[in-house]
Amino acid sequence: MTAQLEGPATRALPVLRHIIRILLLGTVAAVAIWAAFPLAEGRHWTGLGILAATTAGLLYLYTTSRHIPAKYLVPGTLFLIVFQIFPVLYTASTAFTNFGDGHRGSKADAITAIQTASVTRVPGSTEYQLKIVTKGDGALAFLITDPATGQLSIGDSAGLRPAGGNPPPGYTVLNAGQASARSREITDFAVPTAAGAIRSAGLSRAYEGTAVRAYDQATDSIRDSVSGKVWKADEGAGAFVAGDGERLAQGWRVNVGLANFTRALTDDTISGDFLRTLVWNFVFATASTGGTFLVGMAFAIALQGRMRLKGLYRILLVLPYAMPSFAMLLVWRDLFNTDFGLINNVLGTNVDWFGTGLTAQFAVLLVQLWLGYPYMFLVTTGALQAIPGELTDATRVDGAGPLQAFRAVKLPLLLVALTPLLISSFAFNFNNFNAIYLTTEGGPFPADNPANGATDLLITYTYRLAFGGSGAQYGFAAAISIFIFLIVAVVSAVSFRRTRAQEEVYS
Amino acid sequence: MSWFRRVGWRHLVAILAVIFSLGPIVFVLSAALNPLGTLSSSTLVPNGASPDNFTRLLQDTDFPRWFLNSVVIAGLASLLSVFLSALAAFAFSRRRFKGRRTGLLALLLIQMFPQFLAVVALFLIFSRITGLWPAIGFNTWWGMVLLYLGGALGVNTWLMKGFFDTVPKELDESATVDGASHTGIFFRILLPLVSPILAVSGLLAFIGTINEFLLANIFLTDGGSKTLAVGLYGLVQGSERNSNFGIFCAGTLLTAIPTVGVFLYLQRYIVEGLSAGAVKG
Repeated sequence: MTAQLEGPATRALPVLRHIIRILLLGTVAAVAIWAAFPLAEGRHWTGLGILAATTAGLLYLYTTSRHIPAKYLVPGTLFLIVFQIFPVLYTASTAFTNFGDGHRGSKADAITAIQTASVTRVPGSTEYQLKIVTKGDGALAFLITDPATGQLSIGDSAGLRPAGGNPPPGYTVLNAGQASARSREITDFAVPTAAGAIRSAGLSRAYEGTAVRAYDQATDSIRDSVSGKVWKADEGAGAFVAGDGERLAQGWRVNVGLANFTRALTDDTISGDFLRTLVWNFVFATASTGGTFLVGMAFAIALQGRMRLKGLYRILLVLPYAMPSFAMLLVWRDLFNTDFGLINNVLGTNVDWFGTGLTAQFAVLLVQLWLGYPYMFLVTTGALQAIPGELTDATRVDGAGPLQAFRAVKLPLLLVALTPLLISSFAFNFNNFNAIYLTTEGGPFPADNPANGATDLLITYTYRLAFGGSGAQYGFAAAISIFIFLIVAVVSAVSFRRTRAQEEVYS
Repeated sequence: MSWFRRVGWRHLVAILAVIFSLGPIVFVLSAALNPLGTLSSSTLVPNGASPDNFTRLLQDTDFPRWFLNSVVIAGLASLLSVFLSALAAFAFSRRRFKGRRTGLLALLLIQMFPQFLAVVALFLIFSRITGLWPAIGFNTWWGMVLLYLGGALGVNTWLMKGFFDTVPKELDESATVDGASHTGIFFRILLPLVSPILAVSGLLAFIGTINEFLLANIFLTDGGSKTLAVGLYGLVQGSERNSNFGIFCAGTLLTAIPTVGVFLYLQRYIVEGLSAGAVKG
């Protein structure tokens, strides 16, 4: 060890050090310049400003001889800010909005969407010849010819204007194959006009239609010119609501304050779901962590003494840990299959394991045990080896039996050593998405409630709320993830506080 | 009887443990060799051996491509994140600065937030990024690597800081007297001494990244850019679940080979590293 301290080994050649520094700073500058071009092109001045400031900060930090801790902390922290802290804060802020399907954009977006969606063809209106063209960046445009006048126009989302050529410079005509590949996009495409919009009818014809529904600024409402129905804007709900309570599907995003949080706690069905899931979530995390720890520790103790084949046993025992867990979760799902699953085959039973709540819960816990105990086995083996042999000898001299010695001496020492790992294992299992999503997918679900199953963790429940089939509710899902965060943080903080006395975490 | 009380019970427990550990793995092996290749015909003891599932896996699916994607993404992400983490751990262990304690606590706290519920925000960020810089956007190696680097500082940093703390400060001091700079101390003294924990963190990060499913499933939609987790998951979805089980198991085995290999090779370090890290928190 001391050999490394002698002579020039500790001093890199000054020239080499300078070259490395210049190369690294050069890379930073090069990446910054590469990133700057698209920003400048798209006129994202804020983004460009942030980029310039960050780059300048980095160049300063690594040329000055001050701020040494920052030199080591900044690289990781940069990634942490961009890909964790920022998204987390963004998510947290959506918890106070109604962000989700039907409430994605601004009010103006919603009005445009409502009007464009209501464009219908007026009988007897002109039918234009249509060519579908794209600009250099791939954006669609309509090239239309008026059959009466032969006038050629180009239209995109900005409106209709005369075309300077066929096709106009900078545009390319899509052939039939290319056009049909983008047919959905083309069907949805509309060129706004004074009377309404021009839309396609097939790939070679277009018509001008009028919007049946129109926004009236004075009364802040949408009016349907055919049925005469009126939907008034409700700023609190972020939607247009008719007198009979009917809402238009296209709404906008508004702040709803604490509504999402109170809904989770007071809405009867939801708070029932929430509480039941919370209880099972605690059971799951505690049983997963505790079960793997107890089993892992038992095996570690059994494999402590002098015995043959110890090395082989250890290797075979920890194999589950090295197997790809996502794949093994999917394999376990099929091991529990009712008709041809291995478990029913071996036991000679015909249990529908994922069919009832209790068996499904037992099944996922068993899977957790299988996946997790090798890790606990490894760390307890290590921790047991770190306990000095004199301690065990001393207890033996004092006349304690092996069990007593274990409980009085080894177990407390083990717990002190492993508490931080147990806490982080608890926190991990509390949000163990894969363990549920890849096996039971939260099921079995009660017949009357497809939103919340017996093995659902808060995290899978929230995931279904946010991305599930019945429409995204990002705002509500974000509110629940804040609850999850608070619960895990409090549990961890309390356990850390209790172990701090025994251990110097901040040494 | 006394032999049993001394050693025999240990063998008995060990054999039970090995049966529990190996059962599902043996099943995967038999299913991978099963000539029929369906779940319903798979048994614990192989009922025949044929390489059909492996050839189907390699010919009919993009498996080699998934494998390459996974190894590159997980390899790059784990290497870089261990390095970033070691840098931060060095500052936390060796330097005294304002906000050190807060920083350590904040690292722990941010881990408590269910990360992938931020998935909507990440998705929006990456839609922007894809528009501006397609080279690091959706369906790219670098996009995934950058995303995973967001989690570089975290539990690993704590583990490493604990390990750095066990290296006596006197080493740094005498090196400083010999004229070493802080970079010299970091690269030439500390890093070699903590190589076991680097190996362990690297391996854990590698396993974690290769197993990461949720983000990869959202960010890698293009067939050629999928990772093993996403690709293999797709094999046993819906109606294909029974008929593709054999090739799925074959894929699982091939996925496991590199990890199990590295794992066995590093096993000595792993016990040492985990326990030392664990003891020091």
